[in-house]
Amino acid sequence: MNASGSSCAESAVAPGPPLWLLAELTYRCPLQCPYCSNPLDFAGQGEELSTAQWIEALRQARELGAAQLGFSGGEPLLRRDLVELIRAAHELGYYTNLITSGIGLGEARLNAFVAAGLDHVQISLQAADEALNDRLAGSRRAFARKLAMARAVKARGLPMVLNVVVHRHNIDDIDRIIELCLELEADAVELATCQFYGWARLNRAGLLPSREQLTRAERITGEWRAKLAARRHPCRLIFVVPDYHEERPKACLHGWGSLFLAIAPDGTALPCHSARQLPLEFPNVREHGLKHIWYDSPAFNRYRGFDWMPEPCRSCAERERDFGGCRCQAFLLSGDAGNADPVCSKSPYHDKILAARREAERSPSAADRLILRNARTSRLIARG
Amino acid sequence: MSAHDERLDRVPALRRGFRFQWEPAQGCHVLLYPEGMVRLNDSAGAILERVDGRRSVAAIVDELARRFPEAAGIEADVLEFLEVARERFWIELR
Repeated sequence: MNASGSSCAESAVAPGPPLWLLAELTYRCPLQCPYCSNPLDFAGQGEELSTAQWIEALRQARELGAAQLGFSGGEPLLRRDLVELIRAAHELGYYTNLITSGIGLGEARLNAFVAAGLDHVQISLQAADEALNDRLAGSRRAFARKLAMARAVKARGLPMVLNVVVHRHNIDDIDRIIELCLELEADAVELATCQFYGWARLNRAGLLPSREQLTRAERITGEWRAKLAARRHPCRLIFVVPDYHEERPKACLHGWGSLFLAIAPDGTALPCHSARQLPLEFPNVREHGLKHIWYDSPAFNRYRGFDWMPEPCRSCAERERDFGGCRCQAFLLSGDAGNADPVCSKSPYHDKILAARREAERSPSAADRLILRNARTSRLIARG
Repeated sequence: MSAHDERLDRVPALRRGFRFQWEPAQGCHVLLYPEGMVRLNDSAGAILERVDGRRSVAAIVDELARRFPEAAGIEADVLEFLEVARERFWIELR
């Protein structure tokens, strides 16, 4: 329908508009999940944007073309102005997604969100087992509250996606996880195998599932999909494969600065919520308009298109399929965000992935040895 | 009544959580749903624009035939598109 994208071989073609806006309203969170995608030094980041600043950023992104909006964090419910932000976003014409742990949501607040025009709630679960869920979340009673909120969301007829980050300590329970999500009437279930950024990177040895665990979980998910299709059940099961077990990288966000725009709590605009760890100067919505940020800022243009690519990507026939993979992963594993994603077997750094796989097979750590994500640890890390 | 007529009498409606709207930046109609978006071509947009939980399939076909008098095979196109939309759980047929 839109001819752009197919012909942008070597020359720079104007990028399309951002279609997805992720508003990370806060890095504060009552939970302590050891695979959190927030930066390790989140406690050392700047002050959160005000209500008015957020609404102005939402307005500008909508004007550029963003249609999907995720309110995320941290825990977005900790923003007292969330209902105002939802209302403003709804009036601007966004499809509004609340991405939450469910902790801090009550029946009254949920009613206010629905009245303000909230379109969808995504709730995270850590496990199908209460004890494991609460240990991973670093919070007692989290599981019971999450289930209560999931039921409250469905009682209001809102669509609900349940998101479960899958790793070596809950992956063998995938059958029960799917059953629980169906019992809660999820419209979709995201079984998102851990991606190793932020806190998950710190805890990788304790999180990466073995190949055997992964194969089994995929088989069980496939069996559930077949069962649901046979019953014409509308629930979608989305299984996100861990790229550490792949030979080709993921087409991360469909390319840098292509569709996705994230705004961090302090107003830093990012092509990906993990990108702030890269040695680039990212623009802030306090200082620049989003139109300038998206189309003209050096950071958003840094890895657009194909001209920046070194070998093996530059001459690779698959570069238009995976865009060289993930810049953050390239940076974390090779030290240079401009390299091919080491997940690719053609990358000279692929041995780092192989070593992580061997580590996962040989010396997994116990769940209680994972480093929990909290402000105290983050401050220690920020101080270095 | 034949199966064919029954299909024309049914009333399609978007399922809860699906929103149809025009996106100026993309120059097309889209269907929005939890964390996703489908960009619609002109004919899909023209059909979904009329899916409101009140118009029957026959009424939609009639309207489109009046709006696009030069187009052939509108009824078959509408039935086919609505079937795909139902398969994908975008709409329900009441």
